[in-house]
Amino acid sequence: MENSLLTLKNITKKFGNFYANKDISFDVRKGEILTILGENGAGKSTLMNIITGFYMPDGGAIYINGQKVYFNSPKEAIKYGIGMVHQHFMLVKNHTVFENIYVALKDKNFIISKDHYIKKFKSVFDEFNLNIELKTPLWKLSIGEQQWIEIIKLLINDCNLLILDEPTTLLTPQETIFLFQFLNKLKEKGKSIIFISHKIKEVMEISDRITILKKGEYVTTLERDQFDEDHISKLMIGSTIKKSVKKSPVENNETILEMINVSAKNDKGLSDLVGFNLTLRRSEILGIAGISGNGQKALAEVLTGLKDPVDGKILLNNQDVTKGNSRQKYIHGIAHIPEDRKAMGIAPDLTVEENLILKNFKDKKFGTLILNKKMVKKHADLLISKFNIQFGIKSAPVRLLSGGNIQKVIIARELSEQPTILVALYPTRGLDIGSQEFIHDTILEHKSNGMSTIYISEDIDELLKICDRISVIFRGKNMGYVDPTNTDIYTIGKMMGGAITSD
Amino acid sequence: MIRIEKKSIINPLTLNFFKIISFFIGVFISTLVLKVFSINITDFLKDIFVDAFGSKYAISETFLKTIPLIICGIGVSLAFKMKLWNIGAEGQLYIGALGSTLVALYFKTDSSFFMLSIMFLVAFILGGLWSSFAGLLKTKLNINEIIVTLLMNYIAILFINYLVYGPLKDPDGFNFPYSKKFPPQAALSTLFDTRLHTGIILAIILLIVYYILVERSIWGYEIRVIGSNPKAAKYAGININRNVMLVMFLSGGISALAGFTETAGVINRLQHSISPGYGYTAIIIAWMSGQKTFGIFLYSFFMAVIFIAGDTLQLNYQLPISMVNTFQGIILFVILISEFLLNHKISFKRRKDD
Amino acid sequence: MIDIIIDTTIRAGTPIFLATMGAILMEKSGIINLGIEGLMLIGALTGFYVTFISGNIFIAFLSAAIMASLVGSIHGFLTTYLKANQIVSGLALTMFGTGITALFGKGMVGEAIHGLDRLNITIFKSIPILATLFNQDIIVYLSIFIMILLHLFLYNTSIGLNLKTVGENPYAADNAGINVNLYRFLAVIVGSGIVGIGGAYLSVVYTPLWIEGMTAGRGWIAVALVIFSSWDVRKALLGAYLFGGIAANQLRLQAIGTNIPVQLLQMLPYIFTIIVLIFTSFRSDTKTESQPEALGLPYDREDRI
Repeated sequence: MENSLLTLKNITKKFGNFYANKDISFDVRKGEILTILGENGAGKSTLMNIITGFYMPDGGAIYINGQKVYFNSPKEAIKYGIGMVHQHFMLVKNHTVFENIYVALKDKNFIISKDHYIKKFKSVFDEFNLNIELKTPLWKLSIGEQQWIEIIKLLINDCNLLILDEPTTLLTPQETIFLFQFLNKLKEKGKSIIFISHKIKEVMEISDRITILKKGEYVTTLERDQFDEDHISKLMIGSTIKKSVKKSPVENNETILEMINVSAKNDKGLSDLVGFNLTLRRSEILGIAGISGNGQKALAEVLTGLKDPVDGKILLNNQDVTKGNSRQKYIHGIAHIPEDRKAMGIAPDLTVEENLILKNFKDKKFGTLILNKKMVKKHADLLISKFNIQFGIKSAPVRLLSGGNIQKVIIARELSEQPTILVALYPTRGLDIGSQEFIHDTILEHKSNGMSTIYISEDIDELLKICDRISVIFRGKNMGYVDPTNTDIYTIGKMMGGAITSD
Repeated sequence: MIRIEKKSIINPLTLNFFKIISFFIGVFISTLVLKVFSINITDFLKDIFVDAFGSKYAISETFLKTIPLIICGIGVSLAFKMKLWNIGAEGQLYIGALGSTLVALYFKTDSSFFMLSIMFLVAFILGGLWSSFAGLLKTKLNINEIIVTLLMNYIAILFINYLVYGPLKDPDGFNFPYSKKFPPQAALSTLFDTRLHTGIILAIILLIVYYILVERSIWGYEIRVIGSNPKAAKYAGININRNVMLVMFLSGGISALAGFTETAGVINRLQHSISPGYGYTAIIIAWMSGQKTFGIFLYSFFMAVIFIAGDTLQLNYQLPISMVNTFQGIILFVILISEFLLNHKISFKRRKDD
Repeated sequence: MIDIIIDTTIRAGTPIFLATMGAILMEKSGIINLGIEGLMLIGALTGFYVTFISGNIFIAFLSAAIMASLVGSIHGFLTTYLKANQIVSGLALTMFGTGITALFGKGMVGEAIHGLDRLNITIFKSIPILATLFNQDIIVYLSIFIMILLHLFLYNTSIGLNLKTVGENPYAADNAGINVNLYRFLAVIVGSGIVGIGGAYLSVVYTPLWIEGMTAGRGWIAVALVIFSSWDVRKALLGAYLFGGIAANQLRLQAIGTNIPVQLLQMLPYIFTIIVLIFTSFRSDTKTESQPEALGLPYDREDRI
């Protein structure tokens, strides 16, 4: 097409025998916002990594302005004006803001002429009303600010095609609106934007066209007048999204766990939790909403015993379990789905069987000194069939499993001992819809058996769907509780940005 | 265009087979270095074969060298299993030798069993305490154990030198730097009329204990979890620091037992060069074996042959014993390369229609 | 008296100073090198050998640097392009260096060479301490020059910033179009060359003799000093001279014939290094911030996410 900036023809990428992308063809026009919509595992990230030169495709071709191009590295993609804001930021946290922007410049002189570039960067900052000091080390910036740095890196390199991978995940609804306004401004200047998302609602607001991918294959591209939520979700998943789940009401108001003025510090000695209060009732699912980095991790760590509070009290059934032996005992009874599965939840070099006993290997049934292999196998077989965990060779290390199956190993293990409390930290992050629903169903099932859950997530839709109550965490404080049945996403959004509302 | 892809699953048997193959490729490449000294490679390989396997005596000598390698190999492997890089086995061996010597020279008993048991224990405990210092620095101050254990090798060896040149020097030794000879009850008995001593039995018992402890016991499970992912271990309620201390103690204690077997079994006194680098070689053994029991035995034996080759070079060709280090370095390089080749698929591909 | 102490301090400290700077350069790119000890020996033997046959000290140091770079490139290649375990590869390098120099250095044992002359900067001749500071050989001045050059390189040039980015976050570097493996490979090669000069200083200037295994752990001390210096070449100067001071005074004590046995005096540098590590750990906050974040980790583009 005349108007196309980027055209993809039959792009194919294989990992082993698995097709991450298969025969994908579409184009991006000049001055448009095109959204690539697809579930996790639809092949969006792989495709973007091909467009930006990180991966080389096994087949197919890329055209820019009608001219066939090959990218052997990201550098060549940048030369053609293609830049991307990755979900995991490509920033160096020990370097200053200046160094982070400077290093990304496509043309650099041997000697860094600081004054010249400071002026240049400042003028871009001013243009977008950003108040960021260039000398600040990057780690001091908020996630939102870091994302701006990423975008500015692209603008300074005169990128004509900006790819944004799930940029709203870490933003409040208000910040998202601001970002959208900004993207529209760029569009008016003639830039093209590829916006990657799996959130249908926000996509319909911002996009000119939507391209849908499913299981590594191209489905279709919709023009603006064809946008329809149900229709899109059908194309994307093959079925419409389950709008709600049946919630059994919480039967009694009996408080099982209470946190009173709990404070915790992180490795850098900064406060992660500041006088945090929380009550959890028996067999309820309490959602914790908030933007990542507001103390969620510390909250989960304090609750599961990975970190000790510096101040405050934790009561379990009105018994103080803040310190000492009682804390050890309490920790043992807590189930935990950690944030980073591979980094926290599993011993990657051990087998599935061995990973399934990680929580209760001290149990006498597995032996006192020598590990009883028969019992370990029996224990594993039961959980493997119950949770439908799929893996290849039995003696293979668990790290070779897919993300969804690793998460199943963790959940199977954590829930196998009938815990009274589950602390789940972003349990569905990065999983496909099927695995997400499996996790929701499993938690709901255990809820009906009396388990209480603290469900920490940044996905408000998900929280509204399954939680009995939602509270919002902001800068280490609990901003109050809301009832999901009569609250909308924007009220929660405001609280996520620091506005106090109490129930 | 060269394309490199990761292979996802490799059969462990294939992997081990190719590791052994690359070991021999490494040996072959090393012998090429000898060409520079105009040594006939075929003759040299024949010499090695004769010196390592050619007679009852030769075989016993090879196994004699296998003993300290197995023992240090176990010590280092135990630490590696937990991803603790104890590269101080050499020094720990010397400390163990010191412990045994002090008992042999100053502890009075006529019972050989009693004497040897105390020598064993003191060597173990002193070696364990010695390496625990590195464990302490790691757990309390987060200081890298690699550098500390390595520096402590120099300290240990210099300390032994000081003793054999000074306070422990044999007054009737014509000023040679060694201690008095051990009393007969402090010597391990020899087997089959050779120099091979009962230390070989100790080494095999230690291998069995290692197998049960690491590969079968619940404590071994904890160690493997820590080694695989300390965060997961912490989360599973495993006390990491306590295990670091314990493993560092055991690792050093076991390595020190090689000092016990070398003094009580071979030289029967303390002298300044007890080990031609058994402790350093143990690092290679622990790494190549993947810390598996049989692998430790196998590679210890291979390395013993390499040491025999070093002796051959020294005696028949007047080359320094350090040639062994050259062999070891080259073998490691070759194995690192082969590991990459085994884990990756490399293909050459042309761009279509270009 | 004080002049002699200063003088011996500088001369004992310079080899370690050079080795530490080489190690810092490599570590800044994210590569740990436990083969410094082996590389120093390679440099020492090459330097000595070339001086012995040619008498040209300039060529000797140049060859030492080139030879150490060549051998160091094995480690560089294995740990970048072949993604080998950096610790194992480094240890292999030390073993290889120790063995091969003993083998090829056999004929050099006991030989004598004419070392390096001092370059007296005459304007300070009459000022007591300055006179000593500016009455050193050219390699001492060169080491200071390398320090300044490295510092300017790391903090004022684009490729210096690129290199640091590679060591901190290779994914970010790759994304910015920086060839991660090439940067690391070159950093190891150049760093090894600097280490080699340090080794040669030992055999050509400091002793001047070739002795098997003559580095005696100085390479390991350099690895420790990298941590002490918080990856800052200027602090490496301080650390290395501190060490040099200990080593020099240890020798002086030997020379004046104290009652302390020589072996115990020889232990001092190692004990001192451990003590330095302990004191450094008390500033753990600075350590966590200055240690390159990707240190020791191989980079595989397709590994992320």
